[in-house]
Amino acid sequence: MSPSTLLVIPAYSESGRVGDVVRAVQENAPGVDVLVVDDGSPDSTAAEARAAGARVLRHPFNMGYGTALHSGYCAAMRGGYDRVLQMDADGQHDPKMLRHLVAELDRGTDIALGSRYIGRQAPRSSLARRVGTRFFSWIASGWIGARITDPTSGFQGLSRRALESVVNDGFPEDYPDADVLVQHHLRGLVVREIPVLMHERIGGLSMHRGARIAYYGYKMLLTLLLMPIRRPTPLRSADTVARTSA
Amino acid sequence: MIGATIDFALTSASWSFADLSPMHQRQRVVAFIGALTVVIVVFELVRRRKLREEYSWVWIATAGMVTLLGLNQDLLMWLTKLIGAASSASTMFFGAIIFLMALCIQFSIRLSRLTHRQRTLAQRMALLEEEVTELRRRAKRSAPDKAQRSDQKGEVA
Repeated sequence: MSPSTLLVIPAYSESGRVGDVVRAVQENAPGVDVLVVDDGSPDSTAAEARAAGARVLRHPFNMGYGTALHSGYCAAMRGGYDRVLQMDADGQHDPKMLRHLVAELDRGTDIALGSRYIGRQAPRSSLARRVGTRFFSWIASGWIGARITDPTSGFQGLSRRALESVVNDGFPEDYPDADVLVQHHLRGLVVREIPVLMHERIGGLSMHRGARIAYYGYKMLLTLLLMPIRRPTPLRSADTVARTSA
Repeated sequence: MIGATIDFALTSASWSFADLSPMHQRQRVVAFIGALTVVIVVFELVRRRKLREEYSWVWIATAGMVTLLGLNQDLLMWLTKLIGAASSASTMFFGAIIFLMALCIQFSIRLSRLTHRQRTLAQRMALLEEEVTELRRRAKRSAPDKAQRSDQKGEVA
């Protein structure tokens, strides 16, 4: 029996795009269950995703990209899935590439990370973002001991072991990037990058924009700096979210 | 060790603060009125259940401290010398700033905890809602007639 797979698509205000993304996934990755996590969108994101055939998890209000992903992971744990794939709802990630992530997981990798910077022409991005990506790639690569070119990539595949590792109270609420990859590595999980094709955004707003980039840099630096001496959180609430009481 | 350091600080600082004067009568009255106002406002907020008891004690303790320092000038002068303040009034201001900072940190800690709890609640609610929707859909699919009947019953009720 092939392993059960859940594809998590965090979405915020992606009406007009999310339906096409879900349909494209169903065409290109049959047999994969699709879960769209609507992070409190004020528009018809949830309805469009549901109409396209996806299961939809609706946050009552906006809680951030990281929390949306975390809810998806919790749903995967509750559903007893063997592996999780994740991609963005804005049309940047090509669903044809999902099979490459799956193939990498089949090879025993715990975290297959889709990189737009390996061997392909990356889509245009701002200078601040390019500098930030280069800097945190350098830190993540140094820590992990393997070359990581795209630590901000939201196009990933996770094994069951990796899933159990990310369902914790310390999972970042806003930008789960280099810090999560380093945490995976410290827990003995295998992180590998594979080249994927990424498109320009079809519309909507990137979460890495304006003053948020400065906050992102600060937050990521602080998290990476404190990582070796940070205590595990005393809050044990994720257990109640990710595990069914039955 | 700490005692010796304080002694040294006091003796070495005392020459430059020889002309330190206690608070003026008017300043003491204003401080006392301020403290009394805080106590009255806090008690009233607790009475109206707008402020929880657990958050009120910090304010009452501060008002008590201000009153104590206003009444006991020797204590205030000793404290002024200890921290090296230029006047006893600035010691009161310094104390107020420290108090506000401590309060802000306490609020930030509580906010972090509340945010986490709120996130957990919202996630759990969303997951349960999705599971209920999924179960309903499956139930409808497996027994469409029965589900339709119960829907109609619900509408009548």
